[in-house]
Amino acid sequence: MNPTSKNILYGLLLLVLLAVPFIGIYPVLVMKLLCFALFASAFNLLLGYTGLLSFGHAAFLGGSAYVAGHAMKVWGVPPELGLVLGTLTGAVLGWLVGSLAIRRQGIYFTMITLALAQMLFFFCLQMPFTGGEDGLQGVPRGRLLGFIELGNDMTMYYVTLLITVAAFLLIMRIVHSPFGQILKAIKENEPRAISLGYDTQRFKLLVFVLSAALSGLAGSLKTLAMGFATLTDVHWTMSGSVVLMTLVGGLGTLSGPLVGAAVVIALENKLGEIGHFLAGITGIEWFNGLGESVTMVIGFIFVVCVLAFRRGIMGEAIALVERWRARRARRA
Amino acid sequence: MDFFGIPLSALLGQLLLGLVNGSFYAILSLGLAVIFGLLNVINFAHGALFMLGAVLTWMGMNYLELNFWVMIVLAPLAVGVVGIVIERLFLRWIYRLDHLYGLLLTLGLTLMLEGVLRSAYGVSGLPYSAPISGATNLGFMVMPNYRGFVVLASLVVCFATWYVIEKTKLGAYLRAGTENPRLVEAFGINVPLMVTLTYGFGVALAGLAGVLAAPIMQVSPLMGQNLIIIVFAVVVIGGMGSILGTILTGLGLGVVEGLTKVFYPEASSTVVFVIMAIVLLIRPAGLFGKEK
Repeated sequence: MNPTSKNILYGLLLLVLLAVPFIGIYPVLVMKLLCFALFASAFNLLLGYTGLLSFGHAAFLGGSAYVAGHAMKVWGVPPELGLVLGTLTGAVLGWLVGSLAIRRQGIYFTMITLALAQMLFFFCLQMPFTGGEDGLQGVPRGRLLGFIELGNDMTMYYVTLLITVAAFLLIMRIVHSPFGQILKAIKENEPRAISLGYDTQRFKLLVFVLSAALSGLAGSLKTLAMGFATLTDVHWTMSGSVVLMTLVGGLGTLSGPLVGAAVVIALENKLGEIGHFLAGITGIEWFNGLGESVTMVIGFIFVVCVLAFRRGIMGEAIALVERWRARRARRA
Repeated sequence: MDFFGIPLSALLGQLLLGLVNGSFYAILSLGLAVIFGLLNVINFAHGALFMLGAVLTWMGMNYLELNFWVMIVLAPLAVGVVGIVIERLFLRWIYRLDHLYGLLLTLGLTLMLEGVLRSAYGVSGLPYSAPISGATNLGFMVMPNYRGFVVLASLVVCFATWYVIEKTKLGAYLRAGTENPRLVEAFGINVPLMVTLTYGFGVALAGLAGVLAAPIMQVSPLMGQNLIIIVFAVVVIGGMGSILGTILTGLGLGVVEGLTKVFYPEASSTVVFVIMAIVLLIRPAGLFGKEK
């Protein structure tokens, strides 16, 4: 796709998002979606652009969600400071996990991130300030910068949109920067990047911290918008979810995680309705029970994606457009 | 008799429980290591297949009224067959791809398996009774007979596996296949078949651990979830290069975990991960590992 038509598509998407509160879509669900889209984009920075599979990103999302929530609820800090604290938490956790995990390669890297995230899960389960199984409830939205009242869903929605769009632009900038090019070089051929004189360990750690910090921003923004943080956010299934979002949308594409997050969130929230719809058109009674088997359906999508659909939705779309353009160029 | 203010019998009781858990870690990480060696796949489904072994035992005893000693043979075989089907249907398509796809594929299978059993049985534990009742008074502590049996049986299985891999001709093929599958194939050995059977064997070990665990842990569709993550940490600590190393790491970490339960219970669920972090700082390749 050429840059102009890409920009037109992103512009259209932004217009739709700006219009959401006016066209009868529930803004709270879209806020949740935006946070997860940011989370998946931050994750994609690591998996899609550097080729590192972290299976511990729930720790950064959930850890920051708890810290930001606790700061805003118990210490009464204003929301902007809560978000900053959450982002910093993500960065610090990312530095701790990252500097341990990059000591090993490949599949060990993944297992280490998973194990360390599980450690944080048990920590959150036992600490009194997280509220254990109940989670941290009733986090107030407060006033942004002292004068913007966030209690209103409409205001909250536009603030969320502004922050996620800004973060997405930052990710876009990172990907297209010289730094982003070095990350791609590490993904393609790490020994070669080393032989060209790049200290790949340093780059890997830096991108890990960046990705964790942005995940932290997503987590604290989610707490601010939803008003709670729970153990679900730190559980390893959340790390699995974000892998799935990125995989379904398309690894290493900028728009992929956005699409993937929308698909996975829609599935998790609306699977029952989808099941009833399928039962309606196919007449197969079994689909009516689909709402109770979210885990199974998620697992099934994982298997299908890995076996037959590794480029993901946007990856396939981009490949399709490119094939079409190549054919047109040949004809001309 | 007291030991740092803890009654000796309580200490030894936890030590035994640690050994029991440690033997599960050992069997599971052994299976993971054997599979990873030949298939280059980290089998996330190991925890789910462990659970399947336990659930199948429960089903066999409840629906078919078979006794535990029949199931201890049947259930691992059944899990092995499930493994062979998984390898033939799914895994063989992804051997040429990056490691991460193997993990994601087996994660997907795990979620499906757990999802299906969860909708059938819910998440609460299924009732279970130990096949060997009673306890033996050893003088310094009272040992529940079944726990003693589990440790013994696991040790026998682990060392039998070690013997087969390190000392027999079959094991030599396996080790050669791990080093260079194409060369082994050129010598006329059916490597794809060996791969399938290895996966079947590896997961049958997981199934066996599940059967042994059933009377001790709660049998539930989610029982393998937390376990598999601990086993991953065990594998990182031990390194997957050496069979004996893997077994010893598993047992050792179980014991450490058991002792932590006595002296500082709050840390018992995280101690393995803390040890992993320390090992990574001091010996990044793992205790018995060789960095490739």
